[in-house]
This record gives sequence, C-alpha cells and structure tokens, in this order.
Amino acid sequence: MTLAALHTPTARRLWEFHGGLHLPDHKRESTGAPVRRAPVPARLVLPLQQHIGMPSHLLVQPGQAVLKGQLIARPNGQVSAALHAPTSGTVVAIAEHVVPHPSGLAAPCVVIESDGHDAWAELPPPMPDWATRDPAELRERVRWAGVVGMGGAAFPSSVKLAPGPDREIHTLIVNGAECEPYITCDDLLMREHAARVIAGALIIRHVVGARRVLVGIEDNKPEAAAAMRRAAAVDCRIEVVVIPTKYPSGGEKQLVRVLTGVEVPSHGIPAQVGIVCHNVGTAAAVADAVLDGRPLISRIVTLTGGGVREPCNLEALIGTPARELVAQAGGYAPDAAKLILGGPMMGFALPDDGVPITKAANCLLVPTTAESPDPGPPLACIRCGRCADVCPVELLPQQLYWWARAKDLDRAQDYDLFDCIECGCCAHVCPSHIPLVQYYRYAKTEAWAKEQDKRRAEQARRRHEARVTRLERQESERKAKLRKKKEELDAPAGDPGTDPKKAAIQAAVERAAAKKAALAAQGVTPANTADLSPAQQRQVDAAEARRTVAPEGTD
Amino acid sequence: MAFPTLSSPHTARPNETRRVMAEVLLALLPGIAALVWYFGWGVVINIALASAVAVAAEAAVLALRGRPALPAVSDLSTLVTAWLFAVSVPPTLPWWLTLVGIVFAVVVVKHLYGGMGQNPFNPAMAGYVLLLVSYPVQMTAWLPPSVLTEHPLTFSQSLAVIFQGAPPAGLAWDAITQATPLDVMRQKLGLSYTIAEIRQSPLWGDFGGRGWEWVGNWFLLGGVYLLWRRVITWHIPAAMLGALLFAAGVFWLVDPNTHPFPAFHLFTGGTILGAFFIATDPVTACTTPRGQLVYGAAIGLLVYAIRSWGGYPDAVAFSVLLLNLAAPTIDNYTRPRVFGHAGGGQRED
Repeated sequence: MTLAALHTPTARRLWEFHGGLHLPDHKRESTGAPVRRAPVPARLVLPLQQHIGMPSHLLVQPGQAVLKGQLIARPNGQVSAALHAPTSGTVVAIAEHVVPHPSGLAAPCVVIESDGHDAWAELPPPMPDWATRDPAELRERVRWAGVVGMGGAAFPSSVKLAPGPDREIHTLIVNGAECEPYITCDDLLMREHAARVIAGALIIRHVVGARRVLVGIEDNKPEAAAAMRRAAAVDCRIEVVVIPTKYPSGGEKQLVRVLTGVEVPSHGIPAQVGIVCHNVGTAAAVADAVLDGRPLISRIVTLTGGGVREPCNLEALIGTPARELVAQAGGYAPDAAKLILGGPMMGFALPDDGVPITKAANCLLVPTTAESPDPGPPLACIRCGRCADVCPVELLPQQLYWWARAKDLDRAQDYDLFDCIECGCCAHVCPSHIPLVQYYRYAKTEAWAKEQDKRRAEQARRRHEARVTRLERQESERKAKLRKKKEELDAPAGDPGTDPKKAAIQAAVERAAAKKAALAAQGVTPANTADLSPAQQRQVDAAEARRTVAPEGTD
Repeated sequence: MAFPTLSSPHTARPNETRRVMAEVLLALLPGIAALVWYFGWGVVINIALASAVAVAAEAAVLALRGRPALPAVSDLSTLVTAWLFAVSVPPTLPWWLTLVGIVFAVVVVKHLYGGMGQNPFNPAMAGYVLLLVSYPVQMTAWLPPSVLTEHPLTFSQSLAVIFQGAPPAGLAWDAITQATPLDVMRQKLGLSYTIAEIRQSPLWGDFGGRGWEWVGNWFLLGGVYLLWRRVITWHIPAAMLGALLFAAGVFWLVDPNTHPFPAFHLFTGGTILGAFFIATDPVTACTTPRGQLVYGAAIGLLVYAIRSWGGYPDAVAFSVLLLNLAAPTIDNYTRPRVFGHAGGGQRED
C-alpha cells in the first residue's frame, strides 16, 4: 500500500461548493472484509422498471425456462433499459410485487425460480478490440447489457453515452466520491477491481470522445485511491483526483464543480458544458458488457449499520430479496430500528425486507435507534438560517419551507425549488427537526401536477377557441352565401344572352321542354313515382292502403 | 420483517431549538453578572419576575389557543424574551410594569401573530418600547453604578423598591436614581456644553459611562461565545457596530466638541447587547447573509440618528423594531445566487 503517494500534492486545483456537511462517515464498519458473493436465492423478483424512463418490454411468459444472462425484457423506447435473467431457472410468475420505492407500492415484476444450475445463456462475443470499433456499436452493446447509473439514479447509461452530435465532450468524470456515510460498495469495488473500472472509463472515454478522464475519490478512501492510481497508470489521460471529504461532493453537479470549477447550468446536464459523469460501478458494468459480453445481472451491495450483526459488502444478483442479504450479514441485531435502501441522508426507509435488490441499490442500511432516532414532532421554524448555511445549491431552505407550507407554489419556484437536489443537509441541521426535504418533494410534486393541469387546460382552451372560430367562420360564410343569393334574386333579370349563367338555365329549360314534348309525342306522360326509394315506396303504399280502407264519402 | 418508514435524512440530528435557546441564555450570564455587580439585586429580581410572568403568560395563551403548552414552553424561547426584557429595563422598575411589558410581549407580540417563529417584531423590544413610550419616567430612572453610589440597595431594599415602590427609609428617589450616561450626554449637549466639559463628571469612564462600559464588555464576551457556537453569524453584529462606528466617526471628525467619540456609542446604552442578542433574533431579523449586512448596518445608522437627533436617549429598541418591518423586503432583494444560475462558475482552461 503506497499511502505516501496519496500525500504527494496533486497539481490539480480543486474548487469548492457552498455549504455541505462533515458527517461521521461510518465507512470502517463495512470495509473490514473483501466483497463476498451472496448465494443464489431460490426466487428472484425483477421489477420491469429499475431505471428512470419507460418500463422494459417483457419478452418471456410464465412457465418459460430461462438461462443466466438471457434477455427477458428489452428497452421500451430510447430512455429505458434491458433486463436479463440473473440466474437460470423458470419464470414462475409475472405479477405485481412490492418494489423498492418510497411509496411502498407494488409494480409489475418477473419472478424467476432458480434451478440451482446457474447455467449461462449464450452471450454476445467480447470486444477486446473496442478501441477500433464504432462508438455506436459499443453504445448498442451497453444498451443491450441493461447498464444504468449505479450510483443511485439508475438513468439508462446508453443515453448518457450519446451526448448528441452538437455537444463536444472534453472531459469524462468518473464518480468514486461515495460521499454518503456508511456506503462502501464503490470503495470496495475500486479496491478490488480498479483495473475493471479504469477499463470501463477508457471505453466510455472512447464512446463519448472525451480528451481526458478525471476520477474523483474522497480522501476518506485512501486504499481505493491508491488502487485506482496504480490501475490508472496504463493511460496518461486518466487522472485520479483525491478530493476533500464533504457531503454531498458525490452529487453530479457538485463533483463537476469540485473537479473543474464549472457550474452545470440550472435545469441543465453536464454535457452542456462538455462533461459527462459516470459512477465507478457503471464504468465497471460497461467494461463487463464490452470486454466480456456480460449483461448487468449483479451488483455490490453494502450491508451495514448497527442493526446488522456483521456489516459487509456482498455481490448480489439483481432480484435477491433484501432479507436474504441481511441474513448473509449475520441477520438483524436486536435493536435494528429501520431498513433503509441507500444511505442515511438520501436513502428511503423500506416498509418490509421482502423487496428485491435492484440495479441502483447500493446499500442496505439497518440503523439502530441510537443511530437513527425518531426526530420527534417538528417545532416551529425560527429562521435561524442554518439550513441556508449548509445548502450546497445556496438555496434559502427556510423560505422554501415557508412557501411550500403555504402551498404558494409560484413563490416556491421563484425561490428555485427545482434546483433542490434533496441531499438532506438542511433537514439534518434543522434545530426544529422539520422534515424539510419532504416539504420540497411535496411542493415539487404539486408543482408538476399543477403544470400538467395547466398544460391540459391550455390545450382545452386552444381547442375551444379553434372551434369557436370555425363556427364563426362557417356562420359568416353561410351568411355571405345567402346575401349573395338574395342579391342575385333581387337584381333585375338581365338579357339572358349577356349572362352566361342565365343563358345556361335558359338552354336547360328549353332542353327539358323539348324532351317533354318529344316524350308526349311518344305517349309517355311524366310521373313522379318513378325511381322511388324503398322508404318512399312504403309511404306511398301506406297512403294507398289508408285510402282504400277509409270510409267512402269522407273526402 | 416490517419497519417504520420515516422521511430522509435518517440521521441523529445535531441541533435542537431548546439547546440554541439555552446557549443564548448561557451567553447572557456574564453580562447579567456585570449588571448585578454594578446595579444591584434589582436585576436578578426583574429577571426572576419576568421569567415567571412570561412562562405563565405563554402557558395561558397556549391553553387558550388549544395547543399543548409543554413543548412550546420547554423550547426556552420565552425565557430568552423575558431575560432580554429584564436586562433592558431599569433595576428599580415597578413590578406591575414588568408584568405589563412581558404580557404584551408574549401575548400580543408573539402569540397574536401566531406564536413561535411567526412574530414579525422582536417581543422583548416591543414590550420595552411600549413601556418606554407609556412610562418614560420610570423607564429612564436608572440606578447609578455601584462605584458611584453612596447608597447601594440591599436585596430587601430592592424588593421593597420594586414591589412597594418605596425608596429606602431616609432616602429620596433622587438620591438613589440617576439618569443614564446617554441621557446626561444628550441633555448637556442640548445645553451647549462641549464633550470635554461633559466628561469632567465622575460619571464617565474610559469610553462610556462608568460601570456601563463594563457591562457592555461582558455582553460582548457572551456575544463572542454565540459566534463561536455558531448560534449567530458575524453579519448582523459586524454590520451594526461598523455602521454605528462609521457614522459616529464621521461626525466626530467633523466636530469632536459636539459629537461624542465613536467608542462612546459602542460602550454606552444597549449597543453591544443589541448587536449580539437583540438584532440577531433569527425570527425577526433578515435571513439572507447579504440581507443581514443591510439590516445590521441600517440598525447601526438608525441608532446613531435617533441618539443624535431623536427624542429618546437610546435607540436600539426603536431601530430594531423599525428594521423588523423591513426585514422581509430586504430578504426578498438580497437572495443569494443559486448554484448553476447566471453569474457563477468558472470555465477551466
């Protein structure tokens, strides 16, 4: 271990972002042992939506046998992800199952019963020559492999690999900051598979056409940084940068700021400023897909907190129920208070440990009551401003809270509600223990709903207006026609010879008279009962019938 | 296994309103000790009386509002109001005036506006100003500091003065009370004395009134403690004291005979107490950093203006209340630039 290398000052200048927190990091609990492979569970539950975007399009039916790595759902549209069977077995059901989501609601899932063989399907060929391949081909491979952002956002990676033709990407940032307390899956991944992460980073660099790669790692992970430095020695365009530990430096826009000094525009993405950012886990998954042709079917999950007996990191198949992983970590300690998916700052509490691990599930945190006490009923806001001091986006959380509470969504948006990254710093320091982030989530949801209503109302208004104009136009056209007709009638009849229309009418009248005369000469008299429709015929018959039954002499 | 689902963050919270308030009370102790040292037991009696009335008033009004009394009373905010009021009024103030002032502060200024966190005006200062406007004689009759008086009041004499309104046997009111240094300065300047002549009197110490200046120093110590504990930030005290010093300095440079030197303004009256404990009340002050600078500076300038040209000797309470009115507007126009919005960030290379 060359720890000394870490203390050599890097030439790179680092930047600051406002606020943030220095939290007790609790990393050591779960970094004592190497990553273990969790056993294949008897049943795997795979939600069809583990990513941002459209749910995947299902390709299998209940009862169908599947092999490990077999595609069972394909991406449905551009922003969507593929899904593969994590082990071999049988699809036993396609049903609603509780998924890891804050709502605790159920969503469509594929349930696979393992056959215990863990037999691989035929995989696409490895691409050791990726450096000479077309980026589009590599992007398609990543899309096939179902890789999503593994830092927690689960945004389909292939989309981020296509920044668009008009956006020139100069820098790829690989996010190994792992700034939330307790979580160590990226730390262990970098320690144990640094070469894989670097290989993935180089592939992504090639695909997006970036000139350089910056790997950001917080300084509380010296072993990971040292391993990454060693692995990065293969290419001089990769620089491993150790950054100060400060929550939330692992936030995408915060990390971009720390490493490059650039502020990604509000409501914008890093690609707008020539930067693409990927998590270390994503980079490794990309390397797996390209170098081995292996889809994303497993990930490293940190099991930690005082509420599990043996905190550790496990490589778990996607779809493994949380409770089986907890069991692998020695089970619950008696004072386990909560089950949190993710970290203590941004993770959400799971109602039940039957939910499956998804692609974005980096950590299962089981805190004790002492680690995560009930904050008690919130008191009134005293506008002390500590929230504003720690806000990494430099919002005024105390004012946002005020507007959110008053349901004044316009004011809340005027105070840049949608720039909030929900990092939880404000709520953490609030002396009145107000669940501030919850208020902002509520206000955002309300604002979205209102926006949608407004859009619908706008559409309806436009439709209504179009109809009114159409009716008015038709009415005025009708009136114009009538007026014209009237004028024609009123106008004194001119010499038919001068008016072609009148001449035509005159000619028609003459033709008809001539025809009538000709027919009369042949003995045919005109009858209007020829060419009757069946309905008219019926009416005529009915009238005839009435006439015959009517008493005589009444006409 | 089923678990409770509370909202994130899931951390143990490091701060607590009650602890914040307790730190303010703690920070007031050195100043209070100095007040007791120089002005006698009346200060302690006032604090005890004000605290009891404040807690009772808060409990009563919460009962009327149908709110649980215990969490609100135990946040200690009402004690902060009571203590700030008690250290601002003269140590001989009749008990019923304390009662009126505190009840007004707690019931009208705090709870009629919605209670904790909702009041636009600083309750202690509103109570103080109500009394100052309505009972100017009682509110400006201060004891001379103990270093100057021949008749320091004992504890029982103080009780008698406060609760029975009776000066100690054989002494007239005039023998035991005295105008404050700020008042003396005003009156004498009004009579066309020069500063040098006014300062001949033994009433004066190094900077301000004797005794008074030391009370200011001890409150300053408490203020530094609050800064260190991050209960307050530097913005409001620095802006307020800076603006006051600046205004005083300009006029003093123009004519040092008719304008007291800047340090005088700093160490007399309620300047230090106001800068660190009163103007910094988070509920009623500005909340944006730039807004706090504007707010503090405006208070400092107003203090100088009212002291120099206004009808009252001291002006901290008036200035704070006036700026309380302006705080929401100042906040609105001094919002910080949000990350990623125009005007920030650097392009590398």
